[in-house]
This record gives sequence, structure tokens and C-alpha cells, in this order.
Amino acid sequence: MPAVSKGDGMRGLAVFISDIRNCKSKEAEIKRINKELANIRSKFKGDKALDGYSKKKYVCKLLFIFLLGHDIDFGHMEAVNLLSSNKYTEKQIGYLFISVLVNSNSELIRLINNAIKNDLSSRNPTFMCLALHCIANVGSREMAEAFAGEIPRILVAGDTMDSVKQSAALCLLRLYKTSPDLVLMGEWTSRVVHLLNDQHMGVVTAAISLITCLSQKNPDEFKTCVSLAVSRLSRIVSSASTDLQDYTYYFVPAPWLSCKLLRLLQCYPPPEDGAVKGRLVECLETILNKAQEPPKSKKVQHSNAKNAILFEAISLIIHYDSEPNLLVRACNQLGQFLQHRETNLRYLALESMCTLASSEFSHEAVKTHIETVINALKTERDVSVRQRAADLLYAMCDRSNAKQIVAEMLSYLETADYSIREEMVLKVAILAEKYAVDYSWYVDTILNLIRIAGDYVSEEVWYRVIQIVINRDDVQGYAAKTVFEALQAPACHENMVKVGGYILGEFGNLIAGDPRSSPLVQFNLLHSKFHLCSVPTRALLLSAYIKFINLFPETKSTIQEVLRSDSQIRNSDVELQQRAVEYLKLSSIASTDVLATVLEEMPPFPERESSILAKLKKKKGPGAVSNHLLKTRKACLTDIKGISTPSPSADLLGLRAGPPVTAAAPSAGSLLVDVFSEAGVNDDGFLRFVCKNNGVLFENQLLQIGIKSEYRQNLGRMYLFYGNKTSVQFVTFTTTLNVQAKPVEPLIEGGAQVQQVINIECLTDFSDAPLLNIKFRYGGALQNLTLKLPVTINKFFQPTEMASHDFFQRWKQLSLPQQEAQKIFKANHAMDTEVLKAKLLGLGMALLENVDPNPENFVCAGVIQTKAQQVGSLLRLEPNAQAQMYRLTVRSSKDTVSKRLCELLAEQF
Amino acid sequence: MIGGLFIYNHKGEVLISRVYRDDIGRNAVDAFRVNVIHARQQVRSPVTNFARTSFFHVKRSNIWLAAVTKQNVNAAMVFEFLYKMCDVMTAYFSKISEENIKNNFVLIYELLDEILDFGYPQNSETGALKTFITQQGIKSQTKEEQSQITSQVTGQIGWRREGIKYRRNELFLDVLESVNLLMSPQGQVLSAHVSGRVVMKSYLSGMPECKFGMNDKIVIDKQGKGGTTDDSGKSGKQSIAIDDCTFHQCVRLSKFDSERSISFIPPDGEYELMRYRTTKDIILPFRVIPLVREVGRTKLEVKVVIKSNFKPSLLAQKIEVRIPTPLNTSGVQVICMKGKAKYKASENAIVWKIKRMAGMKESQISAEIELLPTNDKKKWARPPISMNFEVPFAPSGLKVRYLKVFEPKLNYSDHDVIKWVRYIGRSGIYETRC
Repeated sequence: MPAVSKGDGMRGLAVFISDIRNCKSKEAEIKRINKELANIRSKFKGDKALDGYSKKKYVCKLLFIFLLGHDIDFGHMEAVNLLSSNKYTEKQIGYLFISVLVNSNSELIRLINNAIKNDLSSRNPTFMCLALHCIANVGSREMAEAFAGEIPRILVAGDTMDSVKQSAALCLLRLYKTSPDLVLMGEWTSRVVHLLNDQHMGVVTAAISLITCLSQKNPDEFKTCVSLAVSRLSRIVSSASTDLQDYTYYFVPAPWLSCKLLRLLQCYPPPEDGAVKGRLVECLETILNKAQEPPKSKKVQHSNAKNAILFEAISLIIHYDSEPNLLVRACNQLGQFLQHRETNLRYLALESMCTLASSEFSHEAVKTHIETVINALKTERDVSVRQRAADLLYAMCDRSNAKQIVAEMLSYLETADYSIREEMVLKVAILAEKYAVDYSWYVDTILNLIRIAGDYVSEEVWYRVIQIVINRDDVQGYAAKTVFEALQAPACHENMVKVGGYILGEFGNLIAGDPRSSPLVQFNLLHSKFHLCSVPTRALLLSAYIKFINLFPETKSTIQEVLRSDSQIRNSDVELQQRAVEYLKLSSIASTDVLATVLEEMPPFPERESSILAKLKKKKGPGAVSNHLLKTRKACLTDIKGISTPSPSADLLGLRAGPPVTAAAPSAGSLLVDVFSEAGVNDDGFLRFVCKNNGVLFENQLLQIGIKSEYRQNLGRMYLFYGNKTSVQFVTFTTTLNVQAKPVEPLIEGGAQVQQVINIECLTDFSDAPLLNIKFRYGGALQNLTLKLPVTINKFFQPTEMASHDFFQRWKQLSLPQQEAQKIFKANHAMDTEVLKAKLLGLGMALLENVDPNPENFVCAGVIQTKAQQVGSLLRLEPNAQAQMYRLTVRSSKDTVSKRLCELLAEQF
Repeated sequence: MIGGLFIYNHKGEVLISRVYRDDIGRNAVDAFRVNVIHARQQVRSPVTNFARTSFFHVKRSNIWLAAVTKQNVNAAMVFEFLYKMCDVMTAYFSKISEENIKNNFVLIYELLDEILDFGYPQNSETGALKTFITQQGIKSQTKEEQSQITSQVTGQIGWRREGIKYRRNELFLDVLESVNLLMSPQGQVLSAHVSGRVVMKSYLSGMPECKFGMNDKIVIDKQGKGGTTDDSGKSGKQSIAIDDCTFHQCVRLSKFDSERSISFIPPDGEYELMRYRTTKDIILPFRVIPLVREVGRTKLEVKVVIKSNFKPSLLAQKIEVRIPTPLNTSGVQVICMKGKAKYKASENAIVWKIKRMAGMKESQISAEIELLPTNDKKKWARPPISMNFEVPFAPSGLKVRYLKVFEPKLNYSDHDVIKWVRYIGRSGIYETRC
């Protein structure tokens, strides 16, 4: 027991606690507690005249028992009584008990609130502080309701003591976090901001936490804090280490306050006022300068505090991203840290550099550290640091150093930790493709990748190699040679066998001239791997064999023998058996000409127009793409937003539409495509939503966006579900819409889903759909996505039922030439009456039966509700089954509406 | 197949650790300590599973005995073994306590080597064990003794050695029963059963053959068939129906199965001959009549009457009635006619103790309980009133009819053996709801 002043020691409590600690078993402890509880009950029950000291003691005991994990269902009244005591210790225990034990729905809350109110209005600073702490500790909605009005007043009152101000600021922050709607700053805003000028550093530190939180919600109201924060920061930065006395921590003046100020500034764009900006730049320079000075102390606290400020300053510089000079200096500073002995510093430096690398000003500066980073990747002990190093390498990669970086990453992959291998493989694959100069290098790299980390190579990666090899005549021979060599290894990864099988099947003839790789040698090599592979690979190999028969007639008998064997022709797997039977028959029945036609070399894969990569490639040639993409990413983004021409599927690989030889085709959009089309407007999902309201709008390897929407008259509500398909979290997830939308959670955990609600009001008729721009960081890489939201004019249809007579009357009324829009088009889908009906109903109009004299035709009527006006529309769809054509006629009271509807619908049938 | 056996003190320190199989690593010792002994929540299940390892534990006062295995063993066998282990240890050094275990650790390891072999339980008969595991120092054994031990351990009658001689052939037989009851406040029996044990202590010379007879209903009925109707009616009343029973390994089960006679060659010294359970026609020695009245929110009046329900000539002993009190009790006043009553705050109960009470008597206690009003809306669950006692008869109605001893080789007959029979009925969980 520490020595305590007489009368305050609470000997009974000390004895009780030591009894409990001496208990040998749990049972003994429970017995002792039961005894004590009975004693306290009899004390609380018996004589009413329990003095403050014993009340405090028993309440303390109850608290201790509660903290041991037992239920306490009495004594609350006594604790509340303690609140009205005038002794500090008694009040303190009362508040302690209440903040730990009182639940918000207790009937005592009124009494408690009363006591707190009394203390708040007392002039005693310690009592006020106790009350504020209690409010903050409980932090319930009820507390916020009762005191949210009071606390700002205390915070800004002139005569409030500094310590109380601190408590009040933090208490308000807590209430704001629990129930932001109840804390209304309004009139207090400017006075709260001026707390930044307070004499007392503690008050400033507390206030700045509050201001940072508030300004994140409504940045405009707190805009004035920027200049104040800058001046405060400059005063601290320029002060000598002795000026601030109590607030100097190991020779660093007010480190916490500095960090918080820098963080507050990160909520705002660079100050527009030149003087303020100049001052801030000066501050940041001073901070960077100070980092160069020799340390004033060898203690770790000194360097920690100094570095904390430095890193905050660097993130502010990165946030502003407008001062090339500062960015480069920051980069150099971080470069020094890259070689620091402290692992944490190295980690932080790598992390910050990652963000620096994406800034156009400092990209070159970051690149100078490539050797160090590669070294870090190789020698760092901590896997998390290595991971950061890999991220940074990925971020700093461009055309000039791609070869080196990819080579380093590949060599590291051999020894990399399993936890980061998958990511590394992905990065290597992306970089290799992004910055491929010549395709033989690309093929080498990817084959190496498969050799080193085959298990982690996803399907898309090897699809892509094959696609590129097929499309480029110049690498085919080289590729065939390389895979042939790679397959020589006694143990190959299955993915390697797949690539090998496919490429040799196509281009084996290119290397057949060499006796070392004569057709039979090739075949035997492939067939030696056959039995070790899974069913899909075997199927692929069988297809390769039949191609061999075409390429090299001399292998025919050998291959037929293989196909005829029981293990093929009687295989239990249906797919394999079918292939074996069919290929065997094909090879024995078909003439060489037929065989040559059927088994012709694969045609080049179509490069789709939609992909941004394809576009840029056309414009600048294959070499310049990557540079352009990276260097002018920002410019690009704005450019591309302007391009809203509808484009077909962005499936660059297009193996789906490929020939029947590859049985295993990707079913979803592929990863690589997403990487390249990151800035393009993606609207293949858009048209599907004309006739339906719910579904998946967009999906790739990383992200799935689902949509659920409902419309009534001119109003609509749309729920967007962002699902993270990976196991890694997405950070700084933001969506911007060219119309207003509620902000979405900035972070999506791996495998999780977040929801965003968009309220839509149709003001007048429109033809362009709103664009949704999504940005997030996955791993180190920034992902950018622009989607058309499927909001079309027909969503605001109100169906109108009418009889045949009415319909034709109105039809005639809308007879002006500009009111009608007509289109004749070919059917994209089968002409099924039921499907057509469902689509027309999904459109939102009323489908009118028995109106048109021809029962084959469909007529619909509806009114589009906009805020400005109502537009009545009539529609007639005449299918022609023989010609597989439709004629669509739309008449409406507004010409633009007719046109737009016609356009939209023409794509649907 | 027990993989290992550990003994811990209440702090979780390992006192004894014996591993029988390689699949049990050293970390199993810690796993049990961390997850059971030091578990934040009290572990109530006697079988726990961590990392594909099963732990079976029993607790004796402050000592934990844990058997560990990775295989799917018969849990009942493991517990039977653990209890047997406890019995063996008590037989060697009376109480199982930390100090005794520390003082006898060499002996315990010796015992563990003997009674478990590669995890398979072996002969755990105390009497037999005592012949070759002694607490005295190493006694050099003659060749004959050694061969005798070998033949005994491996022989057909492993539980008794040859050549035992007593001047006085004596035999003690205890019928120990514990009666369990749950009764409704109105006096309706909700569940009742008796579990009993027949414990013997025999000091007999040679290799005697014993035969034990009791008023088992099946046997009596079988005999009654031949007798007069009058006789069968009388015996039917006195016979008892045994639900299930288990025997010591010395009993010849084949004979029991065919003739339902219990014949055996007894081990020397103390052992448990049989264990049984009955559920029909149980004599309930006491009746508890509770009366609880809630007077407002702050007061409770309790009156409890107990009635003894057996022959007036018999005396019940160590009677204790435990009346639970609400959790917000702030004061208790008790008045009782007989014995002593006290409110025990640490156990949240009024404990009423009576030293002795004859049959067909009744006694009563009344108590006023003051309550502290709480803001907790939960109603008091009213746990049952429980009772402890000891009576000198068997509540199941079991009677020993005969115990015959034959020793054809030596010159003593059944009449020369001095036999003592004793009945003790104790309360198990004897509760009445209020």
C-alpha cells in the first residue's frame, strides 16, 4: 500500500483488495465477494446517516467488485449522492462509478445530469473538469442531448480556466464523434477557430483535435483556420527549443501540436493567399532543414519527435503536390532514411516514397533511389518492409528502368515470402506488359515468371502471353524456341505446359527444322508431361496433338496411337474422351485439305477499339504507350472523361470469342484489361440497365459494383454496392459523380462491401447519363474507373393504360415530323414474344393489349415525369420475323425525348 | 490409450508429468494450464479439446489430475482410471494434497509406471500394488518372492496373493448409499434415485471363496416361486429392484449372469465389491416443507419444516438445511426450534444445522429476510432448498441376506469368520423447490 494521508486511505478497501488477492481459488474469491456485498447491502440499507467517507469507501468496493467481473445492481443511488459532495475525492469516486457503471437508460440519468449541470455551472475548475470528463467517458446520446449546447459556451467563454478549456474541447470532440447531428457549432465556429491563437499551448493542442475533426465534415466553415494554423506553426517552428518550456519534448518544441497542425493543413488545399503560402513554405523548409541538423540528443525520444513532425510535413508536401522544390527535397530526405538503421524509419520512408512516386514533380527524384530500394527488397529482414519496397519499385517503374526493375523483382520472387508472392507476380506481369519494349523480352519475362512462381500466376497472365504471341509474327519463332527450351526442365509448372502446348501446337513448325527439336521430339516432350497434368491441361494438350498432325504429317501414326489408347478413348472424363474420339476420327477420315482448313493457324486476336491501351497504341506506336500513360496521367484523365462515345466490351483478351480449341476460356473480364482501361469510360453495363433496375453494373478482378434502384414519378433512389473481391483492403476509396452524391466510406476491407445511396431527381428531360468516377488504392497502385450510371430517361415513365380508340387519337395528335422518331434495325437477340414483352414492361411504359390491329405488334404508352414538365410518349414496335428486323416508332410531345428513347431502345432488341 | 498424465497444483504448476506416448509433446502441459486452469471463464466440462488433443481432468481439493490423449479413447475408461488413480494415491498416502504429492513423487512415478503401460491401464488393485510397490526403501527380494510376484501379477487371480494367514478371520461389509431427490414445493417427487456401494474389508486366510446374497428382487422372486404364496408376498415387499450394477473384477460374472449369485475370491484388505443404482420404492428419510412469503419489495418471510420419516429408534446425524437467500439480502433474523441456524453471507444462504434427530419427529425454522431495493428488474430465481444428513439404514431398502465364506484347504468354516455389517445412508443432492 502506498502511503496515503490519514482519513483518505480507505483501509477497509485496502484490506478487501488484499483479501481478494490472497484468495487461493476462484470459489474462495466468490465467497469473499458475496460476504462483502452482503455487508455493503446491510450498510446501505441500515442507518441512513452514512457519512461521505464510508459511502465513498463502499462505492469504491463495489467498483472494484464490478471490475473483477461481477454484476453490481445496487449502489448507484449512493454514487449519485457522492456527486453532490464538496470533497474532491468523494466527487471523483462518484463520477468514476458513474462513468463506468451507469447505463444510459437508467432512471438515475436525470439526477446525474442535474449534478453534472451543477458542477458545470460552479466556478470550481476541478469540479468542472470532473464533470466534463464524466460526460466524455459516458459519451452517450443522452449526454450529448443534455450538454451539447452548454459545452461550446464553456469552451469559448473568456473567463474559463485553461485546464477546463482543454477538457471542454476534448469532451466536445467526443460528443461530436458519437452524435454529430446534435453538436451544432454555427455561431461558435469563429471563436473556436480563434482558440488556435490561445496563449496556452495545451488549449491549442486540445482545440486543434476538435477543429480537425469538425473541418473534415464542413471544410468551408473552418477555412479561416488555415492562416491561423500556419502562423501558429511558423511560431513553433521558428522558436528555439527553450522558448516553450513545458511544451518542449526532448529539445523538440511542441511536437504533438506541430503534427496536429500539419495534419489539419492536410484537410485543405494549398492556401491561396500568397503571404500565407510563403510562410507555410518557409515553415516546411525549416522543418526539412532541421532534419539535416545534427541531433541535439542521442535519446530515441528526440529523434522520434523530430521525425514525427518531418513525416507529417512530408505528407503535407505530397498532399499539396505543387512545390517541385519541396517535393524533391522531401524525396532526398526520405532517401536518407532509406538507409537508416531504424527499421520503422525505413518502412515509413518507403511508404511515403510510394506516394511521392506518383507525383509528376518528384518521380524523377524518386527514381534515383532505385539501387537502395532494390537492396532493401533483397536484404531487409522484415517482410512488411520488403512489401513496401516492392510497392515502391512498382510505383517508380517507367520505361527507362522497367527492364531492371522487372529483372530484380523476378530474381527476388524466387526467395520471396509466400504472403507477398501473389501480389509480386501480378505486379511483374503488369509491369512487363505495360513497359514491354520488344516482345521477346516480354515472352521471356512471363515464362520466367511461370517458371519461378507458377502457382501464383493467374490464368489471365498466360492467356495474355499466348494472345500476344499469336498477334505478333516476329516473336512466334522465338516463343516456340523458348517454350521448347523451358519444357526441357524435368519439372515444369502446369501453366508452363499449357503455354508450351498451345504455342508448339501453333508454331511448332517454326523450329521443326532443327533436328534437336524435330516434330517427334516436340511431341514426345509434350507427351512426357501429359500424365502429370490436370484435366483442362490434358484437353489443351490433345488439341495441340491434333494440330501436330496437321503441321507434321509424319507424326500422325504416333499421335493416332496415343489417341487410340484406352487411357484416352476410354477416359472417364467426358471432355477428354470426346476430344480423343473426335480428333482420332478427324485425323483418320478427313483429307489433308480439310484437316488444313479445320486446323488452320489461329487468326490474330482482335484488338478491341474500346480499350484505352489499344487507342494509344494506334496513336503513338507500341513503345510510347506506357510513358504517356504514366507521365500525363492527370491530363489523360480529364481528356478521357470527355470521350463518351459508347464502346463495346472492353475485353481485350477476347478469348471468349476465340476458336473452340481453347476449352478453358475466361468467363469474366480479365485483370489486365482493367489495368489498361483504367481511365476509360466503362459503359458496357450501361445498356443492360435500360430495361431493368437491379443487377451488376461492373465487375473486374478487384471490384464488383452492384446496383439496386427504385423510381417513383420524377424521383429515384439508387443504391450502389461496392464489393471488394480481393483480400486486401482498398484505401482512400472515393467516388465522384458529376451530380451530387453522399460520400462513401473511404476504406473497403478485403472481401467486404460498402453501400452508397444516390438520390435522383429528374428536373427535365436529358440524354446524357451521369458519370461516376471511382478512385481507390489497391496495394500501392492507384485505380481509376469511370462508369456511366444507368439512369435513363425511361426510368421516370409512369405507365398509362388506354383503349385502342384513345391511343390512335393521341397518336394522330402527335403528328409533327420532329415529334416522331423511327428506327429500323436488325434483331440482336432471338425474337421471343415473351422476352420482348418483359423488356417493354421493364422499360416502364404500359403495354397495351388489343390496340394494334396486328397482334404481332406491340404498342406502349407512358408519361415521363420530370420536375419541369410531363412528356407523354407513345411507342410502337413492329417485329418482322422473316427478316429478323424491327421497326420502332416513338412519338412524344417533345422531340428530344422521342429521339433519345429511340436510340436507347434500338440497342435492346 | 492415455498419452500422458499430468498433476498440477492450484496455481497450475506441474507437480507430476508422465508421458507415455510420443504424440504428446511437452507443450501439452502448458496447453492445459493456459486453457483450463488459468482460463478466464471457468471450464466446467471435464473433457476439453485443444489442438486435436483431448484433456480429461478431475480435481481433488486443489490438485488437478489430467490425462491427455490424441486418440479417440473411451472417456469413461479414462475417468474410471483417474478415479482409481486417486484411490490408489489415497491408499498410499491418505490425503491428496500438494505437499503429499511433492513428498511422494518418487512413489507416484513408480505407481504410474506400474498401473499404466504404454497408456493402457494395468492392475490398479491397491492390495496387489502394495505387495510390490512399497513405501519402505528397497527391500531385497528373494528368488521365491520374486517368482511369486511374477506369477501373481501374470496369473489368473491377480488381485490376491497366496499364503495369506490371519489368526482371526474377520470381514467388514459396509453398505454406503447416497440418496438424491428433487421435490416440488407441494411435496411431489420430481426425481429420486439412490446410488449405492458395497465396500468390504476382508482379513481372511488362504484363498477363500465367498458368496454374497442380498434381497435382489429377481433372486427373491425366483426362490419365492417354489415357496408358499404367503411367503412370496412378504418377500416381495422387502425385495428391491436394482436398475444397474457393476462389480469388482474378482466377482465371477458368468455365475452372476446364469444364477444371479455373487461369488468371488476376495482381495485382501479394502475394496469395493459392487456399485448399484435403484430408482423404485426409495425411502426418503426427510421431508422438507417450505413456506416463502414476500412482504412488499423489501421483506421476505421464510418458514421451513423438516419431518423425519423413519423408525423412531434410529437417529439421523449431521443434518444441515441450506436455505438460499435473494442476492439483495441486507439483513436476516432467524428463529429455530432445534439446532443452530446462521445466515452465511458468503454463500448467500441460511444454514441450519442439527446434530441429531430421531425418526418420526419434526422441527421448524422461520426467518425474516430484509431486502435492499435494486434497480434490477430481474426476479429472484428462487433456487431450491438443499439438505445434508446421514442415516443408519439403506434408503434403497437393500438388505444383506448372507455372506458365506468357504475355504476348503484350511481348517476354518463359515461360522468361524467374524462378520460385521453396517448400513450408512447419506444425502446426495437432496433438494426441495420453494
